[in-house]
Parts: sequence; structure tokens; C-alpha cells
Amino acid sequence: MAFNGHQRDDDIIDEDETPTKQPRSSKEMPGLCRNEPNNEAAAPAGRATTDRRTSNSTARHRKDSLKKSRPPFPWFGMDIGGTLVKLVYFEPKDITAEEEQEEVENLKSIRRYLTSNTAYGKTGIRDVHLELQDLTLCGRTGNLHFIRFPTHDLPAFLQMGRNKHFSSLHTTLCATGGGAYKFESDFRTMADLELHKLDELDCLIRGVLYIDSVVSSGPSECYYFENPTDPDRCVQRPYTLENPYPLLLVNIGSGVSILAVYSENNYKRVTGTSLGGGTFLGLCCLLTGCSTFEEALEMASQGESTRVDKLVRDIYGGDYERFGLPGWAVASSFGNMMSKEKRESVSKEDLARATLVTITNNIGSITRMCALNENIERVVFVGNFLRVNTLSMKLLAYAMDYWSKGQLKALFLQHEGYFGAVGALLELLHPS
Amino acid sequence: MAECGRVDSSTSRHTMDKSITLPPDEIFRNLENAKRFAIDIGGSLTKLAYYSTVQHKVAKVRSFDHTAKAASDKLYEISVQEEVTARLHFIKFENAYIETCLDFIKDHLVNTETKVIKATGGGAHKFKELIEKKLGLKVDKEDEMTCLIKGCNFVLRNIPHEAFVYAKHADSEFRFQTTHPDIFPYLLVNIGSGVSIVKVESEDKFERIGGSSIGGGTFWGLGALLTKTKRFDELLQLASKGQHTSVDMLVKDIYGGSYGSLGLTGDLIASSFGKSATAEKEFSKEDMAKSLLHMISNDIGQLACLYAKLHNLSRVYFGGFFIRGHPVTMHTITYSINFFTKGEVQALFLRHEGYLGAIGAFLKGAEEDNPNQYSWGENYAGSSGLMSVSPDMNPMQRARSGTFDMLEMDRLERQLVNLPLLQDPSSYIPDTVDLTEDALAREYWLYCFEEALDGVVKRAVASQPDMPEAAERAEKFRQKYRHKLQTLRHQPFAYGSLTVRSLLDTREHCLNEFNFPDPYSKIKQRENDVALRYYQKAVKSLEKLSWEERQFALVRGVLAVELKHFYLCALFFVDNSGVDIILGVMPFVRELLSRGTEVVLASNSGPALNDVTNGELQILTEKIAAMDSVIQAGLKEDRLTLVQSGSSSPCLDLSRLDKVLATVVRERKTDLVIIEGMGRAIHTNYYAMLSCESLKMAVIKNSWLADRLGGKLFSVVFKYEVPAGRPSLDSTALTPS
Repeated sequence: MAFNGHQRDDDIIDEDETPTKQPRSSKEMPGLCRNEPNNEAAAPAGRATTDRRTSNSTARHRKDSLKKSRPPFPWFGMDIGGTLVKLVYFEPKDITAEEEQEEVENLKSIRRYLTSNTAYGKTGIRDVHLELQDLTLCGRTGNLHFIRFPTHDLPAFLQMGRNKHFSSLHTTLCATGGGAYKFESDFRTMADLELHKLDELDCLIRGVLYIDSVVSSGPSECYYFENPTDPDRCVQRPYTLENPYPLLLVNIGSGVSILAVYSENNYKRVTGTSLGGGTFLGLCCLLTGCSTFEEALEMASQGESTRVDKLVRDIYGGDYERFGLPGWAVASSFGNMMSKEKRESVSKEDLARATLVTITNNIGSITRMCALNENIERVVFVGNFLRVNTLSMKLLAYAMDYWSKGQLKALFLQHEGYFGAVGALLELLHPS
Repeated sequence: MAECGRVDSSTSRHTMDKSITLPPDEIFRNLENAKRFAIDIGGSLTKLAYYSTVQHKVAKVRSFDHTAKAASDKLYEISVQEEVTARLHFIKFENAYIETCLDFIKDHLVNTETKVIKATGGGAHKFKELIEKKLGLKVDKEDEMTCLIKGCNFVLRNIPHEAFVYAKHADSEFRFQTTHPDIFPYLLVNIGSGVSIVKVESEDKFERIGGSSIGGGTFWGLGALLTKTKRFDELLQLASKGQHTSVDMLVKDIYGGSYGSLGLTGDLIASSFGKSATAEKEFSKEDMAKSLLHMISNDIGQLACLYAKLHNLSRVYFGGFFIRGHPVTMHTITYSINFFTKGEVQALFLRHEGYLGAIGAFLKGAEEDNPNQYSWGENYAGSSGLMSVSPDMNPMQRARSGTFDMLEMDRLERQLVNLPLLQDPSSYIPDTVDLTEDALAREYWLYCFEEALDGVVKRAVASQPDMPEAAERAEKFRQKYRHKLQTLRHQPFAYGSLTVRSLLDTREHCLNEFNFPDPYSKIKQRENDVALRYYQKAVKSLEKLSWEERQFALVRGVLAVELKHFYLCALFFVDNSGVDIILGVMPFVRELLSRGTEVVLASNSGPALNDVTNGELQILTEKIAAMDSVIQAGLKEDRLTLVQSGSSSPCLDLSRLDKVLATVVRERKTDLVIIEGMGRAIHTNYYAMLSCESLKMAVIKNSWLADRLGGKLFSVVFKYEVPAGRPSLDSTALTPS
């Protein structure tokens, strides 16, 4: 991905860029919009641009080629997962008056709707704290918004797209995640939209590398926990992911994928596990009757897993020295629940906590084994399971550090679950 | 975790049923001679181990004193003697019977030297006081994992067909593995309430390299919460009836199909319990239990694979109460291992997995007896064999209560090792037909052995004319063996792969059990006597031999071509007494000797059918030597050697032979192996690959088998083989000096 390198050039070019005055009706635009010089409202006329390009300076040349490769607004990237749909939306802030004038109403309305609200319908949410401002993408400056809603509400989303005549914009909708495949025909039939389907792991890695490279102000994108094994001194610290490779990337969504990343384009999926965020929520719902991730996390934060789990000390009275197992280690997750009395004495909160601890520790130990097998020392955990889930992050940080005797470092990223969607957006702007 | 299924008292405490009466003939046998006790108390089952000596009758042959020769017209003297052999007893029963069992042991225990009982397992401390009070023995606790590994090493080394792979949908669910001569290194994944992953490198060197808290306790505990079902077995039952796809989020639920670029099929579980993240839907107990079972099995399988890969190990054994003979969990674990290693690693299970802790604890206590210096053999007569706990297959066995499972192992007189001439000891399979897999052959042979039973009983009675109670014992033998055959009909996998050899051996074990050590002894004696009278004549004129013996002349004819080569030493596994050995083998031995080839005659250590035993052969050879100078010289110059095979079977397992034999074979640079007879050359070793030239020969005395092999009844089979890639010795290169 050569994107980062171009960034500065784009900025320079942008300074003297003036939008042309030749509007193009969307009807004129062929489907292959990304190869055509056009943009949201006022794309330069193809022929005129071509003429100029052949005669002008190198800088001009670059600008034009940039324009040529620039897709029309709106710019979306979408990741349709098993549980959540993640949507990133680029809001251009450098729209000139002329541009605004020529902007079609649909486009305006979409922009206003997305940027003036933080919640959409009953379940859509914009993560305002993650918004990236003054971002320059493909020669345009604006804000990147991060929006999510449950996958089961996708029909409502499609209905909205239909109502807002999204399809009239003739944009390319880049989508990744399994849903891009599963719902492709729904997009077509319900909203008259064609999806440009992308591989989720490609997008994920592209997104991670991009976000990490562009976030410079505000809280550091990447962070870790200092003193993970000492609860009193455990603090979140920024981390600079300068030379990221090799890197183990653990994406915890409904399920878990573990990738070994050796360079931008060289990665492999090492393994995965079905015990992921979906398992945590699914089991919590069955065990406690809760129905949302937030509820489950809230309960977990108030519970005590040691009432549910059987610890080493419950069996050996202390450490199992023969094998170097500390007494506090969990010997059997939910092991105490084999006993009827204990089943009757635990609270829902305890069960939620035990579920969280079980799933998290398991991801930790599989990750650790992969890190050993792949000989990689840095692990980046992403995915929406970690959203507002400091408990799990600290547990992972602890587990990585303790069981590897300080060899492994657990890293986290602020934009947890959005990297796939970001990667999809990047694919729209810079087809690989 | 190391813990082997310790369970809270509430889940396992059943009423202490003191009213049960224990059948003393069947369980806790030989208690009067018992010493060295060990006990392994798990979550629901107790395993008791003890060592005892068994007295049984053996037939001995002895040459008559030359001075007293006139006193008898018999060739040699047969005497039945009492012999004391060592036996290990292992009994498994429900914890509910522990008190009853302890009382029973106390009442029958005579040996007062025993002061200590070795104990292991999570329940050991719970019952400590009870044991000390009832038996008056001091409970000495041993580390569980150490016991487990010790036990595992012991069964892997001593029980052929101990390990198996499980294939739910195959013709035979259990595919037994030939034990690799070197059992190390291996990975043991013990799934108790948690999981312990142990790397075993040698007898004394092992390391817990990892584990997981998601284990049997998680299945049980979480399962109980989700389904309100209390018992582990019931949870497994539920799981076997459920559909996990209604609870789990599959790849196709996310993708609409497969995730092609990663090769993930649509049916793969993407997120366990991913569909239950809703408050609106109800899920069936069965479906949840199934989903839970998959989740846990897959997780354990994945971790096991990661550890196996990291440590570069390909042999992975699974045990613990989560596995313990449950087809459901064996299947899901196997599936998981296959998935994660793409078939590179096989999930292996053990026939006596439940006994490992008890065996190990026993061995810890018996270190001064050096049990590991001996070879041990599973006694088919006294062992229950692997029971199917498949609910569909055998509903009776589901209700475990009241059943006592047993394993008995006999200490063998001699240490058993591989024949050094096996081309590849790790792939050597003695048996020609695996009746576990070949249903037609199984039917036939089980029928055969049942049909032959009357005759065997008659012969057994006839062999002890002076003993009035012989008929009664023979009847007991009949019942026992018939019962074994019935068991094997339903559970052919009970004692490992079912083979003609195992059927024959089981019969021998049962005969011994009822003190019929050698029903053929008198017949053999008579036939040897007759044959011996013809020896000189036979040697002089092979032409005058009867049909069967002529075959051996033919063999010589066949060999004549090859025997242009010079062999340093020929190892000859002999078969029957009488005409066969005296008029068939001996002239041939003579021939070899006179060509300058040394000969090692390997015969059975103990009696089996009418096979010549080492004891008999010693006498016969002496007699022949007296008539034949070639044989005499051979013996004198130590060019003719008689060795024991270490076996008491009509068949031959070349991976379990007397250590002395192996040494002799090596020292003499043996370059020709001759295996004779149906049992040794057809039922077993027909496909055995040796690293030197070999000849397998037999007369097919069974029409069904003749058909199978594409020949006629009484056809003679000669199989002369030269190891691949090795040309037979150039006659010019080596000539007898």
C-alpha cells in the first residue's frame, strides 16, 4: 500500500486546486466511476482535463491524475460482520460554494443526516470520540466518521438507503465482511445498490496500517498497559507502532481471527477460534437474560468470577508447585458450577464475569501459542469485543505478560472495530 | 489442569448401597495373596490396584532318568506342577460402592505385610480416613500427573493395541494402532475438569507444557447451568441428540456460504453461541449442550495442535473423564484435531485410559519389585475389555451402577522385545486379517471358534482323566469362553483388534484360568514318540515319507535353488509336535547344519494346542542327537541352538519375543528366517516384512481360508521373500569354507 507516501504530495497539490465549473450530470457518468475524472458534485470535464494534463507541469499532472483516480462522493467504507455493521464515512469539509451549489440534494441530505446525528434509528450509533478530523484523503480534507449498527438491522438500513435514493448517486459501495457476500443481493434488490466486495482480512490490515499512520494528534492510536500484572500500577500508555512487522493481529469480533503480518502485503491467517465476542454475548444472554453487549459488560464489571470458576487453589489448597501453577490461576472455567449448591449461590453478575474471563483468557492462550509458533513478540488486539471493555484488555495484557514471562506485549488500538471498514474505504479511493 | 475430575461431593454422592453383594469369583480375585495396594479415586469412579500371585497348574516335561528308563515306555515324563505367577489386578467401580468394597477387601485380605496403600486422584483425600479406618493401611498420596504418566507409559509398553483412533462413521469405530517400539516422545492431553497438556520424553522425564481452564468441568458446569441437567453422562446424551447450528453462528450465517479465499466452509462455526445473543428466542437443551460440546472439544483440539506443533510432536493421546470411552467426545475431539492439523496429527485414545492413575500409583509403590523390568501381558480371561458406552449400541452398559470393570495383567517370565530382523518395527502388524474391520471374516471365525468349543471342552476333560472335578471346570471354561465370544460378537474391539490370534489366545487364557494348562500334552507325547521311531528311516529316505512330510522335502527342493547361497544362520519358528517337528523340521535342520549354516530353533515357552514347547523340544532334540551325528555335532559345537520364543500362543507376534532370542539372532548374524505353520505364517506374519530372506510355509487346513487365499484345502503355501532393494547373496561371493 503506497498510500502513506503520497500523502504529502496530495496536500501540496491541493493548495492550488480549484474545482472546475463543468458539472457532470450523474447520468453521463459511466459505471466505472473510479476510472473517470469526476467527483461528488463537480467533476472536471474529462476532455478539458485531458487537454490540460498533456500540456501542463508535473504538479498539475499529478493533480489531474489524482482527480482522475478520485471517486465521486459520498465516500463510504463498510464492514458487515456477523454481529455489527461498521460504517466509515468521509465528510468533506473543503467543499467550495460552487461545489455546494452543484451538489445534488440527496448527497447533502445524507451528509447532514450522518453528521448532525450521533444516533440513527434505534440501534445505529456514531462513535463521536473516534472521529478523525482534518484528514486529507485523496486530495480532499474532511472528517472521518465511525458508525455502527447491528447486522440484524441491515434491512432498515437498506430501506433508508432506498428512501434517500442512495442509488441515484451512482457511487461505488465498497463493502467487506461476510455480510458483503451474504447481503449482496439484498443490496441490489432492496436498495438498487451494487456492492464492491472486498476481502475482510485485506481490509483489516490496510485499515490498521492506515489509521495508525494518520493519527498524530490527540490520544495515540496505539496503546498498551504498563505494569499489567500489578492492578494498582496498571496504566494505559501510548505506543508508537513505528516498525510494526512482524505483528500478530488478533481480530476479536463475533469470532476470532489471528493473523501474522510480515509486511503490508504479506500476511497469513494463522488460525481462528469460534470462542469470541459472539460467544461472550450469546452465553451471557442465556445465563443472565441480558440482551446487549453493554448490559453484559456492565454485569460482568460487578461480578466475581472466582465464585464460578474453580481455581488451582480450590483443588490444591495453594499453588500447584510441581508444575509452577499459581493458586489464583483458573483450573476449570465454570468448574464450581458442577456443584448444585454453588450453582444456586452465584449471581448473574458472577456468571457474566466468568463468561468474560473465560472467553478472554482463552483468546489469550491461543494467541500466545500462535505468537510462539510464529515467533512474533508483538500482538495487536482489535475488534469490537474490546469496545468499552477495559476488563478484557487488561486481562489480555496481563495474560500475555505473565505467561510469556514478559516476552509478549499486548497492544490495542483506539479504533478497535473499524479497521475493516476503513480498509474498504481505502479500497474505494486507492484500488489496490 | 492436572486434576482428574474431582467433583464436588454433591454431584457424585449416591446412596451408599451396602446391600450389594460382590461375586468373589469375579472381582477382587486372588485377594488372599494380594499385596501392594493402590487406589485412584476420581469424581465418580474408584480404581483399585493390587499385586497378587496366582497359583496355577502347569504341565512340565522331564526326560526320564536314563537309569530308570526301563520303568516306562513313554518318551518323557509329563508332570503337572503348581506354578506361582505374578498378576496385577485393576478394578474399577463407582464411588458409591467404595465402602462395600473396602469391607470386602478387609474380610478377604490375609497378607499382613501390607502397611501402605498408595492413593491418587482428586477424591483420595476425601476417602482417606475411610480407607485408613477400614483397611488399617496408611494412605500415602502420590502426585496425580506423575501417576498418570507412569500408567500411560506402562500400558503403551505392555499392551499391544492399547491406542486407537476413533472413526465414528467407519466400519469399525476403533482403529487400533501398532505400538511403536519407542513410545516416546508423546503428548498426553488430560481432560479432567480442566485440561493439562503434558509432554512425555522418557520414562522419568515429563513436563506440563500447558493447559486450559476450558475442560470437562466447563462442559459439566456450564452445561448444568444452561440445561438444568445435573449429570455429566446425561449432558453428553443431550448433546448427542442436539443440533448446534441453531445456537452457533456458522460461516454461512455471516457469509451466506463459504469464505472461499480462506478455505473456510460454510458449515464451520464462526462464533460459538453466536446465535443465542438474543433475549427473544428459546433454545432447546439438546442444541445448547451440543453447541457447548463442540465449543469445548474444538478449543481443546486447537490448543493440543498448537502445542503439538510447537514441540514437534505427532503422537497425541487424549484422556481424562471427559474422554473416558465416550464416543461422543472422542468423535468431537477427533474431528477437531483433523480440522486443525489437516490430518497431520491423529487423535489417539487409550483402551485402559481410566486405569492410568491407578496403574501409576501402584507402580510408584512397587518400585522395589522393579515392575518395569518385566514384560506384562493382558490376561484376556480376567479382563473386561473395552466396553462400548455408545448409548445406541449397548443400553445395558449405560447404567454403570453395579458393573465392575477389570483389567488383569500377567507378569511374563521373560522380557519381550522386537525381532531385530523386522524391516520396520513401527509398521509391523502381526495379524493377517483384522476381524474388527472385516465383518465377513469375523462372522466366520467367531462361528468357527464356537463350533469348536465342544471339542476343546472334551479334550480338556480327557487330558485330566484322574481328576473328577475336571468336567465341572471344563464346563466353567466353556461358559467363560462362550461369553467372551458373545462379547466379541457385539464388541469386536474389546481387546484391541479382533484377530484369529486373539481368539486363540483368549481360549488359551481361559483354559489356563480353569487349570487346563496343556490339554494336548499326552497327545503330543504320543505323537512325538511315534515320529521319533521313524526319524532315522526318514533321514535315510525322504522318499518314503507320507504326504504331509513330503511337503518339507518339497520345501527343500524349493530352497535348493536358493540354498546355493550360503546362510550364516537360520532362525526357524517351529510349529507342531510329532511328525511335523521330528520328521519335517529336523531333517531340514540337519541339511542346513551340514551346509555350514547355524540354526536357531525357536519354540513356544508355554503350551498352546499341539505346538511343540521349548521343554519338549529340548528332550526331542537330545533324543535325535543320540541317533544323528549331525544334530549331535551341531549341539555340541553350539551351531544348533534352541531358544524360547517367549510366547504361549499358537500364533506369533514378532514384536514381542524373548529378549534372549533377539540377542542370539543378532549375535549369530541371522540371515534367514523360516516361519512354519498356519498360526505363525498364515494367520500372522503372512505380510510381515523382514530385513533378511524369509520363508513362510504352511498347509492350509481350513477351507474357508483356502478359498480366501484363492487355493484349495490342504494347499501348501510357500512364501519366499527377499527384502526389497536387496539382491539375494551372490553365491560366488560367499562360499562355505
